[in-house]
Amino acid sequence: MSEPLLNIQHERLSFFTPAGEVKALNDVTIQMYQGDVLGIVGESGSGKSVTAYSIMGLIAHNGKIIGGTIDFNGHRINELTEKEMQKIRGNEVSIIFQDPMTSLNPVFTIGNQITEVIRLHTNKSKKEALERAEELLNLVGINEPKKRLKQYPHELSGGMRQRVMIAMALACEPKLLIADEPTTALDVTIQAQILELMMELRQKIDMSIIMITHDLGIVASMCDKIAVMYAGKIVEYGKTEDIFYNPKHEYTRGLLRSIPVLTEKEHRKLVPIEGTPVDLLNPPKGCPFAPRCNSCMKICLREMPEYTYITEDHYSACWLLQKEAYMKGGENS
Amino acid sequence: MSHKLVEVKNLKQYFHAGGSFLKPKYIKAVDDVSLYINKGETLGLVGESGCGKTTLGRTILRLYEPTAGKIFFDGQDITHVNMLPYRRKMQIVFQDPYASLDPRMTVGDIVGEAIDIHKLAPNKKTRRDMIIQLLEKVGLNSEHANRYPHEFSGGQRQRIGIARALAVNPEFIVCDEPISALDVSIQAQVVNMFEELQEEMGLTYLFIAHDLSVVRHISHRIGVMYLGKLVELADDYELVFHCVHPYTKSLISAIPIPDPVQSRSKKRIILEGDVPSPLNPPSGCRFRTRCRYATKLCEEVEPEFREVSPGHFAACHHLDKIN
Repeated sequence: MSEPLLNIQHERLSFFTPAGEVKALNDVTIQMYQGDVLGIVGESGSGKSVTAYSIMGLIAHNGKIIGGTIDFNGHRINELTEKEMQKIRGNEVSIIFQDPMTSLNPVFTIGNQITEVIRLHTNKSKKEALERAEELLNLVGINEPKKRLKQYPHELSGGMRQRVMIAMALACEPKLLIADEPTTALDVTIQAQILELMMELRQKIDMSIIMITHDLGIVASMCDKIAVMYAGKIVEYGKTEDIFYNPKHEYTRGLLRSIPVLTEKEHRKLVPIEGTPVDLLNPPKGCPFAPRCNSCMKICLREMPEYTYITEDHYSACWLLQKEAYMKGGENS
Repeated sequence: MSHKLVEVKNLKQYFHAGGSFLKPKYIKAVDDVSLYINKGETLGLVGESGCGKTTLGRTILRLYEPTAGKIFFDGQDITHVNMLPYRRKMQIVFQDPYASLDPRMTVGDIVGEAIDIHKLAPNKKTRRDMIIQLLEKVGLNSEHANRYPHEFSGGQRQRIGIARALAVNPEFIVCDEPISALDVSIQAQVVNMFEELQEEMGLTYLFIAHDLSVVRHISHRIGVMYLGKLVELADDYELVFHCVHPYTKSLISAIPIPDPVQSRSKKRIILEGDVPSPLNPPSGCRFRTRCRYATKLCEEVEPEFREVSPGHFAACHHLDKIN
């Protein structure tokens, strides 16, 4: 295979707060190729957003990458200066945020905000930029784009605003689009519109997408590969089918058991994951999921397991798998 | 079974929304809704934001005074009576466990307040025992009683909210999006608790949420609302697999199924446009502006909410044509 578009190796990232060091990312490794749609799932605080933001170089001032490397499209992101980063951000990689209500500037018109992006990254004139903005609004399915360009964010509905956000993100035809819970704030029927739009656009301009969400339904229908995160660590990674039909990590299994499925024929009792998410200020010593895990062993509380490869692109970090691999002849351990 | 515990007839809830003195404008949040809930049953209510599902839940408890229509509890008309005795029987669990608990009260006092108001405990010791019993019922323990809400996680706070509702030993609870603020792995814990409490105490629920998968899981019957109107109501299985209203159909098809093969083979009906403003809803059928089957008739005449098969109601002119 060719060079990966995105290659994150052993990234560690911490936030230094008055209460102490919060280890938000703990040895995260992801590779993505051109055209991939990667889903990152996990609960709040699992580090899914932080991973994405660190690719954009958008880390709060008290956060710091303390280990590992991020390579994207030939740039080593974690070594770039802010100025160099600005050239890449919005141009080669862009992001749509969760809440379209707050991520647009209320005092500028839609046209103003879209042309700002275009003019920053190209040397188009004001007029050309406006034309391009109109084209973009057309592309994302907004009717009467000329009129919309002159409107302010409050005049648009939630779904429309999210379309505007997508138009802005696509202004420079990025190689990678990061979507951070793009539909969580929207209604189901509007969510379906936006997801459909994203998949259409992906075909049209051949970009890769990182889809961050907690909704397993969305990743099932959109993504090729899925990374399941827990407490700042990717606990399982694999093709969508692997994750749903052959989950290996206890957390992934627990997640799948705990969600109701609309089209179930019979009432099945949900099996919740007991306990509460990890406190990242004082993470447990071994596997972070161990305190909530039904098959927790002594070693789980002491040491973090290495990844076990089930297939070439399906791996998971769990001691149980190490044991299985060992029983089989130990070629993987 | 089939003893109607709660019933509303032609309930309307309009909110004043500006306009001039002579021509006031109203938001018709709930417009002519009739339904009933049997004892021991869970009725689910789904719809998009702004469709009036929360307003309906609150109006049933008379947290809002209804504009028109009647509310019955256990056969008694409670539309205009003093609610205090009924508050013991009808309770609510709110959506946001971060905003619905007083940060300056201890958990014991939050749960105990209802006990005090209804004078359920003759002395301090019984009061304390009752509080501990309630906390244990929802999976917390006695030492939590002296702590403050900020010391708890979202899931635990929702448990406190439920303990508070249970304090008066109610028969009916309105659950207003009780799990939408919680993490996925915690949602199942709370959903299971609702189910267990229902079995144990014979509770009746009105379960309001926008997540149809969760509603389907917990409810016996489901009502679908659109712009203040009930458009379809049926048993949970019937509604998911044999829905007849075009809005319900698109709503169900829009839900992503957590199963790659199923969700990729599924045909989606993507609705065009947004929900119209409730200030100025479309004439006739309110769904017509987004409906593929809309005709002139839909514009002029409001469809009647009628029974299409036993226990299955829907409001649409073109049911025969569509199905």
